[in-house]
Amino acid sequence: MSANTIAISEVPVHPLSLRLHEWVTTVDHKRLGVLYIVYALVFLALGGIEATIMRVQLIRPHNAFISPQVFNRMFTMHGTTMIFFVAMPMVFGFANYLVPLMIGARDMAFPRLNAFSFWMTALGGLLLYFSFFGGDGLYGAGSAPDVGWFAYAPLTAKTFSVGHSTDFWTLSLLSSGIGSIGTAINIIATILCMRCPGMTLGKMPLLVWLNLVMAGLVILAVSPLSAAQLMLVADRYLGGHFFDTQAGGSAVIWMHFFWIFGHPEVYVLVLPAFAFASEIIPVFSRKAIFGYPAMVLATIAIGFIGMSVWAHHMFTVGMSAGANAFFVLSTMAIAVPTGIKIFNWLATMWGGKIRFATPMLFCVAFLFQFLIAGLTGVTLAVAPLDWQLSNSYYVVAHFHYVIVGGILFCIFAAFYYWFPKFSGEMYNEALGKLHFWLFVIGFHLTFDFMHVPGILGMPRRIYTYEPGRGWDMWNLIVTIGVVFQAAGILVFAANLVWSYFCGKRAGNDPWDAWTLEWSTNSPPPEYNYAKVPIVRSRRPLWDLKHPEDPDWRYE
Amino acid sequence: MSPTNIFAPVSTPAESIFGLSVFVFSTMAGIFVVVFALLAYAVVKFRSQGSHGTEPAQIYGSTQVELAWTVIPVLIVVALFLAAARVIGSVQNQPRPQNAIEVVVTGHQYWWEYRYPRFNIVTANELHVPVSNPAHPTPTFLTLLSADTDHSFWVPRLGGKTDLIPNHPNQMWIDPHETGVFLGQCAQYCGTQHAKMLLRVYVQPREEFDRWVREQQQLAQTPESAGKRVFESTACVNCHSISGTPAKGRFGPDLTHLMSRDTIAAGAASNTPDTLSLWIRNPDAIKPGSKMPAMGLSDQDASTVAAYLETLR
Repeated sequence: MSANTIAISEVPVHPLSLRLHEWVTTVDHKRLGVLYIVYALVFLALGGIEATIMRVQLIRPHNAFISPQVFNRMFTMHGTTMIFFVAMPMVFGFANYLVPLMIGARDMAFPRLNAFSFWMTALGGLLLYFSFFGGDGLYGAGSAPDVGWFAYAPLTAKTFSVGHSTDFWTLSLLSSGIGSIGTAINIIATILCMRCPGMTLGKMPLLVWLNLVMAGLVILAVSPLSAAQLMLVADRYLGGHFFDTQAGGSAVIWMHFFWIFGHPEVYVLVLPAFAFASEIIPVFSRKAIFGYPAMVLATIAIGFIGMSVWAHHMFTVGMSAGANAFFVLSTMAIAVPTGIKIFNWLATMWGGKIRFATPMLFCVAFLFQFLIAGLTGVTLAVAPLDWQLSNSYYVVAHFHYVIVGGILFCIFAAFYYWFPKFSGEMYNEALGKLHFWLFVIGFHLTFDFMHVPGILGMPRRIYTYEPGRGWDMWNLIVTIGVVFQAAGILVFAANLVWSYFCGKRAGNDPWDAWTLEWSTNSPPPEYNYAKVPIVRSRRPLWDLKHPEDPDWRYE
Repeated sequence: MSPTNIFAPVSTPAESIFGLSVFVFSTMAGIFVVVFALLAYAVVKFRSQGSHGTEPAQIYGSTQVELAWTVIPVLIVVALFLAAARVIGSVQNQPRPQNAIEVVVTGHQYWWEYRYPRFNIVTANELHVPVSNPAHPTPTFLTLLSADTDHSFWVPRLGGKTDLIPNHPNQMWIDPHETGVFLGQCAQYCGTQHAKMLLRVYVQPREEFDRWVREQQQLAQTPESAGKRVFESTACVNCHSISGTPAKGRFGPDLTHLMSRDTIAAGAASNTPDTLSLWIRNPDAIKPGSKMPAMGLSDQDASTVAAYLETLR
């Protein structure tokens, strides 16, 4: 390993302007990965502020903190921001940074496409937020989009959405969609073509497998979304009649287009979260992942089944009994491979020696929370129950359980786990644990209790509600939880900044881990590996550390 | 006790959903307890004792165990699917009996229009239906239309929700077994005032319902008045209908029997002289963003119009 090592002091330090120029023009997968992640963190703050504004408004019935017009913009911007400009860039950022390192490559297959994709995504986010200033257009109506993040037709038609707020929304998703597809192609090409000698498909780390399936889903899911955005532009400006019901178009076609994107999108986000858990849980349990082939097969199964469940978002739109039954079955079927994954992580911990450093804490909380998210997901898959619960706060609680309790917890785990690799510095463990506990408390206060008003008949997307429905106390508790979550995020941000400037040196392999990225410097040099590594098993560093008992004897 | 609790059903569709939900939730609770216990046991039992020593035994997998936790979930999924399919069929494929009440519900930004084609009645926001005796059911079948954007009809104690989508007529039915007022609201985001597009369903004994029908079938009794003249000479008539008068607008709610309703503005305010007068003067004070414009009437004209509307019984 020492052949790979270069002393940090040899890296030249340039003036600030030159360094900024390097960041803007970079095609290095690690720098682009960091750009994606930092960009996602900025939007996480914006989306979080929007959520907080909504929760203040809903703290009691008939509250007048903001107007209905502002509230409707807040939930539209919150949803769009969190999905397209937080979760997606975060996922792509980690994939960009980690995939080439983990397969022993020196960069992505198409570095310039990589930069192009990032900047298209960045443009999308800027367009979306420029709507606050530019959305008025000529008509003096509205600023930011207020059509909801799934923007059902015909609310997006010119008749109902005057001005340009919807256009900013459309162009923003079109632009970031091009970036997403570019990055997905890049990830697939990199994984299929750039693996180091010895790394057959069956010896790839699970993170790489999961990102391969994720990238495939991005191509299949984002393409129809982009097509639908172009059709919407045609409707609004070119006399198209795809979704314009007043001209004979179909509102239901938009729903199909949106959800054939929207549901695979959930797996686009959750598979990378699974990927983080699949790397972190083994290392902190000190055991190899249990059932690697089953994990790979379950991932592929989720990818395939995930493409055939979209209309479970549409159980209330009046599909036939047969169609409803089909989507009940396909949706429930996905619980099987997902269950396999949870059981395999459990079996990985079983008989291990579990160290509860911050990354593992977040992963363990993820396991408990994702269990609940999956089970409420099955209740919503039961179409008749969905007729009651669809578009209620129960659904809002369910998908935040998936996205926050599942995906965001794994992203935090990934931050703490790879921060030493990305920055070369160790994060502060006490602050990390404080962040964890604040966030766990805040998450459960907010999203556990949010299920209840849904069961009591509270629909989502209402800027205020009537007293006497039995919703008041639950909404108060939900809002209180936000305080803890916000405090947790502040601790997290402080930890990152403080550790970056004042942290202890982490060394190359602080976790005694097993995948290739831990064999190079922290942070890795531009070319990743001075000598391209050669691997013989799924855990090359285990083999190095245990020459008497290497993995390749058993695989 | 919440008046919109899905677990307090009083109508067959809501009851069959409730029965199914008991089965589904208890199955989920069972799975939760088992997996939670296993996870908690692993977390407590296998925590590292003291500092880093030797590595634990490396176990790469087990085909038998993998098969077990694949087959058991498959069986659970099959059971849940069959239970769900049964309820889907029983609710969606329910034949419409001859004596069913028919109502055409049209969603508007941000209010509900009800037409009873057999009775030749038009009303708004407050749906009246007869109670249905389980021995001799008189269900109400709703045809769901939309005049503008998507809406969704949801009265949790009576049944699940069904969307109202332009160019896409939908159907649903209810057969309430209890009399009373059942609350709900629009459940599909439809624009600025989605939050105050409230639903009230009045379930009445049959005789009372029949009396209500006869009253609604009457033309408005409208002797000449100052308020009537103001109403009919301003833009009010462009949007509102009052049967037997020149007011024939269809954009807003029919006002022929306005005073037979407990609420105005789709349930956003109770129907009192004060709120009615405020609604005419400044609708945004009650429901900002509603499609009802402030008419710019003088205070005196607004009062006379309110007085006229209060005669519409």
